[in-house]
Amino acid sequence: MRYLQTTSAATAVATAPDAVGALASMGEIAAVNLSAVPLLSVRDLNVHFPINRGFILQRTVGHIRAVNGVSFDVNPGETLGVVGESGSGKTTVARAVIQLERPTSGSVIFQGEQLVGATSDVLRNARRSMSMVFQDPYGSLNPRMRAGNIVGEPLRAHRVFESKNEYLDRVAELFQMVGMHPGVASRYPHQFSGGQRQRIAIARSLAANPNLILLDEPVSALDVSIQAQVINLLEDLQDEHDLAYVFVAHDLSVVRHTAHRTAVMYLGKIVEIADGDEIYDNPLHPYTQALLSAAPMPDPVLERKRERIVLTGDIPSPANPPSGCVFRTRCPIAIDDCAEVVPQMRSTGSLTRRHEVACIRAEF
Amino acid sequence: MELAGASRHLLEVRNLETEFHTDYGVVRAVDGVDLHIDEGETVGLVGESGCGKSVAALSIVRLVPDPPGRIVGGQVLFEGTDLLQLDVREMRHVRGPGIGIIFQEPLTSLNPVLSIERQIVEPLQEHLGMTRRQASSRTAELLDLVGIPDPSARMRDYPHMLSGGQRQRIMIAIALSCNPRLLIADEATTALDVTIQAQILELMKDLTERFGTALLMITHNLGVVARYADRVCVMYAGKIREMGPSEELYGNPRHPYTLGLLGSVPRLDSARESGKLMQIPGDVPDPTMMPPGCAFHPRCDYAVERCSEEDPWMEEVGVGHVAACWERARVGNIESKMVSNRNVSA
Ligand SMILES: Nc1ncnc2c1ncn2[C@@H]1O[C@H](COP(=O)(O)OP(=O)(O)OP(=O)(O)O)[C@@H](O)[C@H]1O
Ligand SMILES: Nc1ncnc2c1ncn2[C@@H]1O[C@H](COP(=O)(O)OP(=O)(O)OP(=O)(O)O)[C@@H](O)[C@H]1O
Ligand code: SF4
Ligand SMILES: [Mg+2]
Ligand SMILES: [Mg+2]
Repeated sequence: MRYLQTTSAATAVATAPDAVGALASMGEIAAVNLSAVPLLSVRDLNVHFPINRGFILQRTVGHIRAVNGVSFDVNPGETLGVVGESGSGKTTVARAVIQLERPTSGSVIFQGEQLVGATSDVLRNARRSMSMVFQDPYGSLNPRMRAGNIVGEPLRAHRVFESKNEYLDRVAELFQMVGMHPGVASRYPHQFSGGQRQRIAIARSLAANPNLILLDEPVSALDVSIQAQVINLLEDLQDEHDLAYVFVAHDLSVVRHTAHRTAVMYLGKIVEIADGDEIYDNPLHPYTQALLSAAPMPDPVLERKRERIVLTGDIPSPANPPSGCVFRTRCPIAIDDCAEVVPQMRSTGSLTRRHEVACIRAEF
Repeated sequence: MELAGASRHLLEVRNLETEFHTDYGVVRAVDGVDLHIDEGETVGLVGESGCGKSVAALSIVRLVPDPPGRIVGGQVLFEGTDLLQLDVREMRHVRGPGIGIIFQEPLTSLNPVLSIERQIVEPLQEHLGMTRRQASSRTAELLDLVGIPDPSARMRDYPHMLSGGQRQRIMIAIALSCNPRLLIADEATTALDVTIQAQILELMKDLTERFGTALLMITHNLGVVARYADRVCVMYAGKIREMGPSEELYGNPRHPYTLGLLGSVPRLDSARESGKLMQIPGDVPDPTMMPPGCAFHPRCDYAVERCSEEDPWMEEVGVGHVAACWERARVGNIESKMVSNRNVSA
């Protein structure tokens, strides 16, 4: 693994667990085990899409702030879950990490390399160690390509095989890794069920032996019984290959089950982020609280006892987000100040069980 | 066979069968469904994609596209009348004042070229004989009822001018406009975000309770049904496999499929460390090639030889609780296999 650059060392230390932090403060960065620093470190990421008007003479009349000042770390072998409702910017975050979307500003450091504004060589290299499974399992597989070619595509792109046989063996191995028979390689996407198509997409994302996979709603389109198969598969693969995931979903129960750390997004911002079960056991942001209370549980006895926080109104447009706190127009506890100040992330919890929330009224 | 009219239920579906004739074969989408709903009751119909929930609903209101679809058997007794025997005109008067329907997209979608007002006013005039004026003011009332702000202005809007949640509120307003006795909601909130889904579901519950409307709630979301349904029917491959009072069915499932479904859902109240999800192996069967015997047997952990030979019938397994499984006695005794992790956060 590459040696840390000074800029990323500084960021890493700021968020590293206590032991690492203590060592670093004694000026012994060189001694720090690299695996204890984040694999991916995102700081103050902004992705703003221009809104253009006019047909011949186009002019920009505003911006959609799809991602607005987002920061997070992903540790090796761990899953960061990202939840939020439609349009909150989850997909855009994932695409901006792998540089399919050009960030307006901010920093994305992956394995010690700054990807924002990086040369195409650096990006090519990074994309060998990082891959993405796209939101739409039907649209993301080329209907005219055979499954084997789809799965082997990254191998060909990165030329990571010596011979045709080695290539074919690896493709066969990839099918087996996702629990499919290699004999299906000659079929076309439409000949597979939704769950099988998602397995093919996962096999492709594993092809170049990545350290990080960005999973955009990998199970949302699947039926529950198939969803469980895919979640279990992803967890097994993570254990066997020490994979890190950014797991994007709108279903909190799925994220709780898969993530080591959870970020909640609303209108382009992370409003709360915490380790382990913190977010679920001790939600501090009123939006997280509402989201949790609205998520239905398959248990009638419990469901009927649960108090539900029903938010009023719709999600505002990201072209014109509310001033101050973006959630304030639907927030049940908003006060006048909420329209004035943009709430900053505040930390609570311990260094080993981090918990940050962006709400001026959150008490802890 | 029992006589039509001998039903004590608001809706009683008996042995309903609906087929599609397609290029790749005959699909028996609904394969002998029995179902009843009492006055004011909320019944959930759950099952995975393609199991026949929508076709069952379409069959009840006789809106199965024909061709390729055809209802080939059974009875649909609504207030004692077999809807399958009515002519087209009579049936038009059942939909609306008798049974209101919210369909799953895209069949549902509001007509994009008509204003919201037109879409509500017309059925009011047709079914309740209101004048244009009466219908118009009733429309404003309805929109207010479903929580659309500034109803008299919004009435003039076209569907694309509204958010997804607002469109769904309009759908509810239309379905309830003629005071139906029964409301059928097919995946009415599936396309919506969770916080908006919660708004719409609470609204539906509130209105059906207030007007004493019975509700058939169709969804693949076991959580949604748990909160609202009095009784739940679990459907798989064209048939209802288990049915019972919600608490019974979730707490004491007696069909391997129900058990598998419940174990497959990740739970909001169980920690990451709680371990692997239970999973049902394999895929749902190809509808043109249904397995013989119990259609679930290729995926079933409990299957015995008989399961691939003979289709099990519904048998009582508790009070108001029925299951169609040869091995139901064994299925009831394996609570240990269920994810019983209930360390609920306060
Ligand atoms: N290429 C683009 N050009 C303009 N606007 C865009 C573009 N991509 C995304 N957006 C906008 O950015 C916002 C965030 O979109 P994004 O797809 O990231 O949301 P999401 O959280 O993934 O939502 P979903 O749950 O629906 O997938 C939305 O308002 C979307 O319309
Ligand atoms: N118009 C049609 N032509 C041919 N087959 C059809 C048609 N409509 C439905 N089917 C078939 O009937 C079966 C049941 O479909 P149905 O739409 O009722 O499923 P569902 O349970 O509502 O699924 P979902 O949860 O996806 O809405 C499926 O196999 C489907 O392919
Ligand atoms: S009848 Fe047999 S195959 Fe069907 S669910 Fe019961 S045990 Fe399983
Ligand atoms: Mg998305
Ligand atoms: Mg359906």
